[in-house]
Amino acid sequence: MFGLDKKDFNLFLVVAAMALLAPFILNPFPTDSALAQFNAGYPDLMQRFVIFGIFAIGFNILFGLTGYLSFGHAAFLGVGSYSAVWVFKLLGMNVLPAIALSVVVAGLFALLIGFVSLRRSGIYFSILTLAFAQMSFNLAYSVLTPITNGETGLQLTLNDPRILGSSATADGSIPVTNLLPGLEIRSAYDLVIGPWSFTFNVGYYLCALFLLLAFYLSVRIFRSPFGMMLRAVKSNQQRMHYTGLNTRPYTLAAFVISGMYAGLAGGLMASMDPLAGAERMQWTASGEVVLMTILGGAGTLIGPVLGAGFIKYFENIFSKINDNVLHGWFAFMPDGLEDFIVTIIHPFIGKGWHLTLGILFMLVVIFLPGGLVEGGQRIAKMFRKKSEGTDTHVDAKHPAE
Amino acid sequence: MGILEVKDVNKRFGGLQALGNVNLSVEENTCHAIIGPNGAGKSTLLNCLIGKLIPDTGSVMFDGQSVLGRTPYQICQMGISRVFQTPEIFGDLSVLENMMIPIFAKRDGAFELNALSNVFGQRDILEQAEKMLEEMNMADKRHMHAASMSRGDKRRLEIGMCLSQQPRLLLLDEPTAGMARADTNNTIDLLKQIKDERDITIAIIEHDMHVVFSLSDRITVLAQGTPLVEDTPDKIKGHPKVREAYLGETA
Repeated sequence: MFGLDKKDFNLFLVVAAMALLAPFILNPFPTDSALAQFNAGYPDLMQRFVIFGIFAIGFNILFGLTGYLSFGHAAFLGVGSYSAVWVFKLLGMNVLPAIALSVVVAGLFALLIGFVSLRRSGIYFSILTLAFAQMSFNLAYSVLTPITNGETGLQLTLNDPRILGSSATADGSIPVTNLLPGLEIRSAYDLVIGPWSFTFNVGYYLCALFLLLAFYLSVRIFRSPFGMMLRAVKSNQQRMHYTGLNTRPYTLAAFVISGMYAGLAGGLMASMDPLAGAERMQWTASGEVVLMTILGGAGTLIGPVLGAGFIKYFENIFSKINDNVLHGWFAFMPDGLEDFIVTIIHPFIGKGWHLTLGILFMLVVIFLPGGLVEGGQRIAKMFRKKSEGTDTHVDAKHPAE
Repeated sequence: MGILEVKDVNKRFGGLQALGNVNLSVEENTCHAIIGPNGAGKSTLLNCLIGKLIPDTGSVMFDGQSVLGRTPYQICQMGISRVFQTPEIFGDLSVLENMMIPIFAKRDGAFELNALSNVFGQRDILEQAEKMLEEMNMADKRHMHAASMSRGDKRRLEIGMCLSQQPRLLLLDEPTAGMARADTNNTIDLLKQIKDERDITIAIIEHDMHVVFSLSDRITVLAQGTPLVEDTPDKIKGHPKVREAYLGETA
């Protein structure tokens, strides 16, 4: 269906259901319960899940298929954000032209950087992309201040022309981003069922639709002759050359496509909250998408989305647990023991969430080299073995699953 | 004039004269073997033919066109396919996909952004690949991971991949190196069959004399970068110069 085979279509349906029902799935605990802090179903965080999911899906088209590890993908995200904010400043507050421009600009920027960086492979390619990204970051931070507003970051002001909109609203404030005239990105509807509360936000659903589009395209690319050639690049470039194929345009196309995905993510980020700062281009941001892809499973279809969700959940939920919360949980214990346990756990929560994430990342890479997807596959296999006995058939037609 | 004409080719690596005035002519639809002791320059010569190395002087003409200055993929598109000493296949892909890639390359050229159609929806390519696998007796292995096959099967797949592009010249670089006896014999049989059934020119570099004498129509003996003799296998066998090059002067 839609050019996908049955297995891929089912996977797509699962992703679609997860994305569209996220406000329910991520808010399993009643609002006033002690576990409510594990709820992730608020618009801001859901948007981040989805935007970084798009970013990681795009990164995976380059890294997962061709094996070229780019350490500078955040540069494209940053460029996308800046382009979008400029559209809001000059043109108007509708997000669609902003998103379109951010994809185009990021694509052109990726063409330039890819053209140079792809002359080398392996570690040299990684270093070249890292150098370009850091160059972009530093330029945005200092020299290019007229375009990027340097340290402060690019923001909307009351003096922006906005030729298709208005510089200021009737009550004198800066206008907000909208999808259609009158349909603001930030507008939301709260559904209250008993003790539960679910928020449906326009911005989130816009991001979710783009995620589904991005995911669908990535499935098509994975299953296409182009995708097969990219896997062949990863497998054996020598044989490709002696088969009459030029690897350079293949890798460059993959690089530009993944740069455009990053630009889309950046444009969406700016559409949700119209500002852009240089820190979005920093190497830590580039490293994050590498972690997401590897954690979820590089070269798999769904892995990058899982990895992005996993990391963003940790960043936003674990970092909020503090000692007071812990004392609350362990209040049933004798005082001495309670303090002892809280002291032990303390480094892993709050500001120490990076430590927990780092340990989990190491465990996944060591025990599940295929990422979270491999974990899922192993569990599924265990169940299948129990129910079917000896069936160990592996479908080699889809090694990239 | 032969399909492949090598004229006065010289190649120097620093102080080492790897190739000195090599002249070679390979006739169409024959099997031409290049033999010689270690360090004779066989691999260097081969690398000059396929664009991996550029000779210092001399010319290499394939079917009336110079191959010098062309990249490996352009030379491949002229109709020269190469089989490597260690089989070079796409280890991470399935056998069927391995076979489809050269057919795609033959149809679509060096680059084609075909990103939205399904690989297995390309009927014509799939059929050709399946047919080639049948010919190679590998149809039952089509869904196997290519890297997990035996050396002999990898070689068979690699030769099949080359043949699927219908090359006019097939270059084989020690195709049986490091193979078990049974695999070697299978490979010889396969190559004989290819030679008999197809309009194809084969140039082969080989150490194993058994392979050389069972396949070739003509043999060039290379020693220290220069062709020593060129003749039919029967004459080469008893040639004193060849014995000298292989066994040393006292023999």
